[in-house]
Amino acid sequence: MPESSILKDFKKLLGAENVLDAEPDRLSYAYDSAVLPQKIPAAALMPERAEQIGEIAALCHKNSIPMTVRGSGTNLSGGAIPDSEESVVILTQKLNRVLEINSGDLYAVVEPGVVTANFAAEAAARGLFYPPDPGSQAVSTIGGNIAENAGGLRGLKYGVTKDYVMGLEFFDSAGSLVKTGSRTVKCATGFNLAGLMTGSEGAFGIISKAILKLVPPPRASKAMTAAFADVRAAADAVAEIIASHVLPCTLEFMDSVTVNMVEDDAKIGLPRDAAALLLIEVDGHPAQVADEAQTVERILREGGARGISVARDDAEKNKIWEARRKALPALARRRPTIVLEDATVPRSKIPAMVSCIGEIAKKYGLLIGTFGHAGDGNLHPSILCDRRDPEEFARVESAIDELFRRTVEMGGTLSGEHGTGTAKSKWLELETSKATLEYCRALRRAADPKGLLNPSKVVAY
Amino acid sequence: MDRLAKLAEETAKLDDRLSACMKCGTCQSVCPVFAESMRESDVARGKLSLLSDLAGKITSDAEGVRERLDRCLLCGSCQAACPSGVDILGAFLKAREISAKYLGLSPVKKLIFRAMLCNPKLFSLLAEVSAPFRGLVMRRQNDAPKTMRSPLLSPLIGDRRLPELPPETARQKFGDYDSPAGKSGIKVLFFAGCMGDKVYPNVTEACLKIFRVRGVGVRMPSSLACCGIPALASGDADSFKKMLSHNLSKLEGEKFDYAVTACASCTETIEKFWPQYAEGRQKEQAERIAAKTLDISAFVADVLGVEPAKAPAERREKVTYHDSCHLAKSLGVRIQPRKLIEANPGCELVEMREPDRCCGCGGSFTLTHYGLSKKIGGRKRDNIAASGAETVACGCPACMMQISNMLALNGDAVKVEHVAEIYARSLGD
Repeated sequence: MPESSILKDFKKLLGAENVLDAEPDRLSYAYDSAVLPQKIPAAALMPERAEQIGEIAALCHKNSIPMTVRGSGTNLSGGAIPDSEESVVILTQKLNRVLEINSGDLYAVVEPGVVTANFAAEAAARGLFYPPDPGSQAVSTIGGNIAENAGGLRGLKYGVTKDYVMGLEFFDSAGSLVKTGSRTVKCATGFNLAGLMTGSEGAFGIISKAILKLVPPPRASKAMTAAFADVRAAADAVAEIIASHVLPCTLEFMDSVTVNMVEDDAKIGLPRDAAALLLIEVDGHPAQVADEAQTVERILREGGARGISVARDDAEKNKIWEARRKALPALARRRPTIVLEDATVPRSKIPAMVSCIGEIAKKYGLLIGTFGHAGDGNLHPSILCDRRDPEEFARVESAIDELFRRTVEMGGTLSGEHGTGTAKSKWLELETSKATLEYCRALRRAADPKGLLNPSKVVAY
Repeated sequence: MDRLAKLAEETAKLDDRLSACMKCGTCQSVCPVFAESMRESDVARGKLSLLSDLAGKITSDAEGVRERLDRCLLCGSCQAACPSGVDILGAFLKAREISAKYLGLSPVKKLIFRAMLCNPKLFSLLAEVSAPFRGLVMRRQNDAPKTMRSPLLSPLIGDRRLPELPPETARQKFGDYDSPAGKSGIKVLFFAGCMGDKVYPNVTEACLKIFRVRGVGVRMPSSLACCGIPALASGDADSFKKMLSHNLSKLEGEKFDYAVTACASCTETIEKFWPQYAEGRQKEQAERIAAKTLDISAFVADVLGVEPAKAPAERREKVTYHDSCHLAKSLGVRIQPRKLIEANPGCELVEMREPDRCCGCGGSFTLTHYGLSKKIGGRKRDNIAASGAETVACGCPACMMQISNMLALNGDAVKVEHVAEIYARSLGD
């Protein structure tokens, strides 16, 4: 707990209303979206101007106070949970201005607390497109998206957050401003620190400004669904679509557990007997869309899909995506706790992954619904449980252990888009190597000699 | 066991509702209070988590938790958007009840609920005898929404512009009202509510005209009390149950096909909370009434039927519609009020941005948190002004009061009317 004199300094710097140190306020920043234990910070700080981040960091550095940066707190791996009761949480949500949208040079400059969907909407209003669309985009912030390298449904064709970060400004652990990247498409000046910061989970600095790439929006799109009697046929169809050089902007998968739960809740007429449901959208120039939609439809038909349904208008397209939007809510409503994983495998391993999840569910007696991004092998096995039941939750933890072990065996990765945080750090060596962890620690020590930046996350300081 | 331990124990009974929150934070994207404050403790995720902490004795600062719990409009935006389907409002109402039980109720609220709202006769008498003296405390303002301000009461109500109060209440004007069913063959119970009786009797009058012209019989007993929501929202469940029991006893033996109100909050309360809180042999009666309860625009559009105006007038008044939270988010009544506006040939419906964004009233929230309420209302006012409408229509008198205040404070020349008034005007005598 920082001494009251330090809190006084924070209040002088930010104004008393922006220093939250009452117990109920500190409790409000003890968690994020991950199913992990709370850690109550010493205070939460709300800078209103980007420069104040540097001033906060300098004060923390001087007094050796650990810092955890938090956007909207939608992190699914615990990255926004404070490290210790000495920590302060730095809240970026009041830094929420879009500073520039440049339609000639196709970039935008934003503050870290801008909400992803609000930014995408502003870009759209200017006739431009910001593709990364993490599931939490209505709430998540750009700063958090960068720090976690957030993905989304459009990853296969458009890439993820890291593909849109052109440049950054951030404060180091002592509060000095660091600049990297540029407003230009190309930039080979200096080290690619923006690359280092993207996915850094708060370990190397505190982002205060981002230059993001924008692209022209697609002019047309077409969506369809296809039901398969077995997962392998669905996965083969996915592989065939990509082999025929069609890159759908979204290529989503729902397993039979998910399909049935969505149908229980929403009754939108999904095929309950399907082992796998694919939801596909192609976008681009109208002629290309027409052509690619035909190719996809043919592949689905030849691949043995039953009940292919192609949306004829926006209303029908909306209905298709409603099924996907309902997936998480339908699963979440079933039991009190949902552990949403994002183990990711090479596309070709999706059938193996789906059977692996089925085996694990059976072995540990758990209810697991799986949906996710078939196009990039990023599935979301969601374990439905009640964390208040210690016996059941112990089985959940064993199941996750096995899931990660087998993911790595398949050549996959622990996290497609949720980050490592504290939730997955113990398996990191399994996927990488001891030397990798040492290298990460060396980087940490160099960039943050006092070990103050989110020190217990990813590779603990 | 001490007070706090008991409070924690009772809060722990909410655990099933609290644990259902998956902490996704979606509530941040819709919460009107959070939009102004950016504080986690202002959204449902934060509040539910604080209640868990209180139940789990992680904090003993029950007053602090209550203070944060009270920074809520009960608008239900979070619940409508919640992916996990958490019964947020139910949990909050219960939590407020527990706080009131163990930490007490403010003296002003106690006086209002227990002395006034639980005694409908006294409440009416106060409104009636005070009318001639209003000039002493109220100053008429020449703003477009007819409002008054009160320098004398400003320590209590700030710079608030109140609606110009009518010379007589609906009860005085219409008495114990009973008219037989006409050509529709339908008989309704009309629940005017406190606001429809004492502040906006013109809305009640408009509804009575609609019923008369459309051949609907009306029963409007003069002995009814407040629906009870102000007490329930403040955690005073005892007063709520008293008003409820009074109302149900006065309605015993009354025969009607539908219970209709022109107040979103009354409708929601009668439909959702009366059956939940009614006790003993009154439970079944409350359930029966709840099943027949409809908002006035839902009754007109869905039961009687309404057509868009056939020959629109040459010069049409631009009318925008504000979706009251308790109508749109709780009861799903969104299209019907718009149909009523479009049935008036003299009106052109123009949508504002964020029509279902809360106006910031939240019942007593606007009294206890006026600063926040004004900020939230400011966004509504901006959206109304930007729509270019000459009139803003509402389905709830509480929203009307808040919106007229916001418009008057900004000197906007926009009228505030109830949807029923707009529709009633289009009907001949």
